[in-house]
Amino acid sequence: MGMTITEKILAGHAGKEHVAPGELINAKVDFLLANDITAPIAITEFKKIGAKDVFDRSRVTFVPDHFAPQKDIQSAEQCKLLREFSRQYGLEHYFEIGRMGVEHALLPEQGLVLPGDVVIGADSHTCTYGGLGAFSTGVGSTDLAAAMATGECWFRVPESMKFVYTGKFSKWVTGKDLILHTIGDIGVDGALYRAMEFTGEAMENLPMHARLTICNMAIEAGGKNGIIAPDDITEGYVKGRARRDYKFFASDPDASYVEVRDYDVSKIPITVACPHLPSNTRAVEELSDIRKDQSVVGSCTNGRYEDILEAANVIRGRKVHPDVRMVVIPATQDIYRKTMREGLLDVFVEAGAVVSTPTCGPCLGGHMGVLAKGERAIATTNRNFVGRMGHLESEVYLSNPAVAAASAVLGHIASPEELGL
Amino acid sequence: MEFKGKVWTFGDDVDTDVIIPAMYLSTSDPKELAAHVMEGAGTEFAGNVAEGDIIVAGKNFGCGSSREHAPIALKAAGVSAVIAGSFARIFYRNSFNIGLPIFEAPGILESVKQGDELEVDATTGTIRNLTNGSETTAKPIPGFMRDLIEKGGLVAWTKEKIKA
Repeated sequence: MGMTITEKILAGHAGKEHVAPGELINAKVDFLLANDITAPIAITEFKKIGAKDVFDRSRVTFVPDHFAPQKDIQSAEQCKLLREFSRQYGLEHYFEIGRMGVEHALLPEQGLVLPGDVVIGADSHTCTYGGLGAFSTGVGSTDLAAAMATGECWFRVPESMKFVYTGKFSKWVTGKDLILHTIGDIGVDGALYRAMEFTGEAMENLPMHARLTICNMAIEAGGKNGIIAPDDITEGYVKGRARRDYKFFASDPDASYVEVRDYDVSKIPITVACPHLPSNTRAVEELSDIRKDQSVVGSCTNGRYEDILEAANVIRGRKVHPDVRMVVIPATQDIYRKTMREGLLDVFVEAGAVVSTPTCGPCLGGHMGVLAKGERAIATTNRNFVGRMGHLESEVYLSNPAVAAASAVLGHIASPEELGL
Repeated sequence: MEFKGKVWTFGDDVDTDVIIPAMYLSTSDPKELAAHVMEGAGTEFAGNVAEGDIIVAGKNFGCGSSREHAPIALKAAGVSAVIAGSFARIFYRNSFNIGLPIFEAPGILESVKQGDELEVDATTGTIRNLTNGSETTAKPIPGFMRDLIEKGGLVAWTKEKIKA
């Protein structure tokens, strides 16, 4: 019996020829991460374990991105714990503000997470790196602490669920729309405990930023990991960034799947997820009577260069609606500089938007654009749970960057087509 | 080990932002977190939950973020166990790791109401509803996770491992 890409990566890291779904394995981990919210608990638990050192100083990193730049004294204390631990244990990679980025945009960009890796992160969106052809999954702080000491983590090999995408994308339909549509189809637990393997001709031509967006949201369907087989596009992205060797894996033709689902991407509309679940999806046209107070472009889901460019192309020469606040957050320092050099940030500022230094910020109601009672936002982020961006009686709609930008101009949820684009 | 307590019911897809909203994550102090537990579903729970109370919920409990603060807050608030139709996977692992007993029992909400009194036998997985006399059995805990619990949890297990 053949194996899926997920099974092959896990087998290789567990020192086995073959693994099957349901099997419990102990696997070597290539890279580990935590952020300013999850690392403090991981540090406490790591110290309880009593290890003298982390298993490999080049493979453990902390990224202060959630409540950083430090939004208050408590957040500053949390960031301080990360900084001090990183210094004390001589971690090779620590990303201070001004040099950091939103973790899941930053680590692929910096070539620290690579195809064929097993990566765990104390952040649920660690599944993002499946876009590179890695097995990566979110864990809690205690699991991370144990792996910091041993370089290993136990896993139950997940059943794989195959998604086959054929056809061509319609105008303004992106990777974000594809994954929102898929979650809308299968539900927020539609892939619970499973590996989500995204395949098909539509996937083969998809640029890396879109692959990362798709895998980023596997967790919103309950998935253990999302994964896309690496190819020339992957090679083009990784080459020149990789700080270690990497390996491409692919599923065997006779690999077994617990479920296979087919999608014609030409039938996927520009999609928006309504409050309060990412699965509550509608076509954008159905929502044109929804007024909103804020547009957010950014996050580990959609804060990459191409996302900022897409939003800028909609905003260029237009003004943010008088009743709307627009917040734009390039996800990493490199993206910030590139978009600045190309004049994209000026496009937003001229239109009356706010441009922020990299941070998760408003995505989880931290800072840089928290919502008041009764307010409503459209955001390129990943979750629209109750109170996610602020007050329990505020609302979040999830969309792609062009829709968030068009909605900022028009004051209601809108497709760029409403602007004649 | 047996747990006995009064039931608080919740529906499907209770996410970790509901269990502990992100605005409180600038601390990992269990007591501070407990003061705001389940606030995403209203303030009634944190104000009235009593030591030993049991949460009974629908499917996909604990979906969303990886924050270990969620099971920590529930445990610190006195919740003795969570029984749900199913659990999101990171919450499931985290609960074991921090010592919050959880039980998977599909369809549990059909036989349990808010305020009922439950008795749970952690060894056999038997869930007795003392209010209406019904009885269900939770899915068994996977073998490896039972070993982990017997060895005192992941931290103790890892401690042994690095000594060896």
